[in-house]
Amino acid sequence: MEKKMAFAAGSGTAAQVSDDCLTDDLFERVGISEQESEKISRESVSYWKDAMRRFRQNKVAMASLVILLVIILMCIFEPIFGPIKYDTQDYDVTNQGPTLQHIFGCDDLGRDIFARIWVGGRVSLAIGCIGALVSLVVGVIYGGISGFCGGIVDDIMMRILEIIVSIPYMVVVIIFSLFLGKGMGSLLIALCVTSWTGLARIVRGQIIELKQSEYVLAARVLGTPSFKIILKHLIPNTMSIIIINTTFAIPSFIFSEAFLSFLGMGIQPPLTSWGAMAALGQQQMTYYPHELIFPALAISVTMLAFNLLGDGLRDAFDPKLRK
Amino acid sequence: MGKYILKKIIYFFITMFIIITATFFMMNCMPGDATQADTKVLPAAVVENLKARWGLDKPVFERYLIYLGNLLQGQFGESYKTPGMTANQVIAERFPASLQLGLQAVAVGLIIGLILGILAALHRGRVIDFVCIFIAIIGVSVPSFVFAALLQRFAGGGFFPIIGWPSKGADIADEFRYTFLPTMSAAIGGIATYSRYMRSSVLDVMGSDYVLLAKAKGCSRRQIIWRHVMRNALMPIISIVAPQIAGVVTGSFVIERIFSIPGLGRYYVDSVNGRDYPMIMATTIFFAMIFIVCMIGMDILYAVVDPRVRHSIIEGKEENV
Repeated sequence: MEKKMAFAAGSGTAAQVSDDCLTDDLFERVGISEQESEKISRESVSYWKDAMRRFRQNKVAMASLVILLVIILMCIFEPIFGPIKYDTQDYDVTNQGPTLQHIFGCDDLGRDIFARIWVGGRVSLAIGCIGALVSLVVGVIYGGISGFCGGIVDDIMMRILEIIVSIPYMVVVIIFSLFLGKGMGSLLIALCVTSWTGLARIVRGQIIELKQSEYVLAARVLGTPSFKIILKHLIPNTMSIIIINTTFAIPSFIFSEAFLSFLGMGIQPPLTSWGAMAALGQQQMTYYPHELIFPALAISVTMLAFNLLGDGLRDAFDPKLRK
Repeated sequence: MGKYILKKIIYFFITMFIIITATFFMMNCMPGDATQADTKVLPAAVVENLKARWGLDKPVFERYLIYLGNLLQGQFGESYKTPGMTANQVIAERFPASLQLGLQAVAVGLIIGLILGILAALHRGRVIDFVCIFIAIIGVSVPSFVFAALLQRFAGGGFFPIIGWPSKGADIADEFRYTFLPTMSAAIGGIATYSRYMRSSVLDVMGSDYVLLAKAKGCSRRQIIWRHVMRNALMPIISIVAPQIAGVVTGSFVIERIFSIPGLGRYYVDSVNGRDYPMIMATTIFFAMIFIVCMIGMDILYAVVDPRVRHSIIEGKEENV
């Protein structure tokens, strides 16, 4: 396009311009070389590189990523190197507000809330990440098989999924944690039982759409075996939805954990989580609001960061969805 | 259409059957039974009598059939903890509060959320848009129990009582005073969800060809917004309201606990913590029933309201919608 314009400018128009500033010798014939025009002057930008570039330009999402990294690093290292252990009790400072020594204050048993936040964060984040990972694996495999096989297999698998979806989620979680006993493991299983359905549906839809696309047909015509089509075409093309969904799944796991722990059905003492801490704080809220505010803040900031990160990823991977 | 409804009803029974069976056998695997519901150690004769009273001396499968039979007659069972109290009584006594809270929360959430979403979409990029996005983000990031606690702390105590629920026959002022804070804390998630969906839904419709056509034909802005945009933008909302209604009606466990509301959700949590198995089973099945009825009702309503959906159902392609 540029070359064409330069050529046009050089060929005729300049001669007709009466303006003194524009003389003929200012223009130069560029010409078109066949080889030049075919040359790829810039490195081709792959889908992933393009998405990463868009993501890096999104300041809100980058800030969320940094905040999340800080929170994760603090959760990993604070309990190891921190000066105060999360279960050390000091009866002289029960319910004390924030001070220099205990910057987030102490709870009703004189335990340092700052130390407990990071130990609780370990549990909350671990549940969020493991849960999201499990539901990712199950959801992708289930949705993938259903979408890829089609026909009667798809029909049966979707009917089963419809039944699972129509069971109220909170009730399933409660029944499971009752059945398996309270604790982190059973909580995780309970949360995973129902959470994979959304992703399975989305993956199935995407696979069905991809299966009908021309390039998959072309691959089939060329005699590409099924597993190669799956690896080469189907998985890379569903990857972006999977990543976006998983990013949104993590906060919803953290949320559910918080609710269950709040009801006393999640994490049991002496271990703690943000939800469990908020539940304790809620009882003390009237007189010692800091015991609720800090765990609540921890949940909210993490949720906010994950949600904004998910929004950013969605915008980066799928500009069509940007509203 | 009739076939579609029939299919949905068959699904209802299959799902209910699976839930009932799963709950029954899971509860049966649990350690402890009616004879150990109390901390006292009972004499052998008493244990035997109690077992006979609860039918626990029969084999599991027979009990399962009896239980199914009772359910078909609408009998949900009897509590271990407070003998003589049937689940039917508990549900009749407790459910109205949950229902009222749930419906109020959905109504408030819908009204505020939809208005916010519409305003945000119509004034895209202005202050109201940012307010809407802000509320939506905060609403999904802050758990409702934190909202509830904050409301109790900063709005409760004076005109609005911190805990409690209006007694039967309370006047309208008391109803409002007691239900305002719980309703608001339960509604906040709904406000966030509805406003976000409504905003993108309205923007979607505004960009569609038929709105462009209406503009080209010279329809006034008001006509376009009310005749074309709103009617079409509201459709997708139906599909997200269904699980929300069911969730709020059945799932405000946390709100009921914080505000000490005598609802079914709180009773459910209490019976789970107290291991009152017949009551857990009864409430689980009841919750599941309400949830599924809501979902099916909304599916059917969706098909009735939106001719496009109805069409694809009649053609038997609803899975692809």
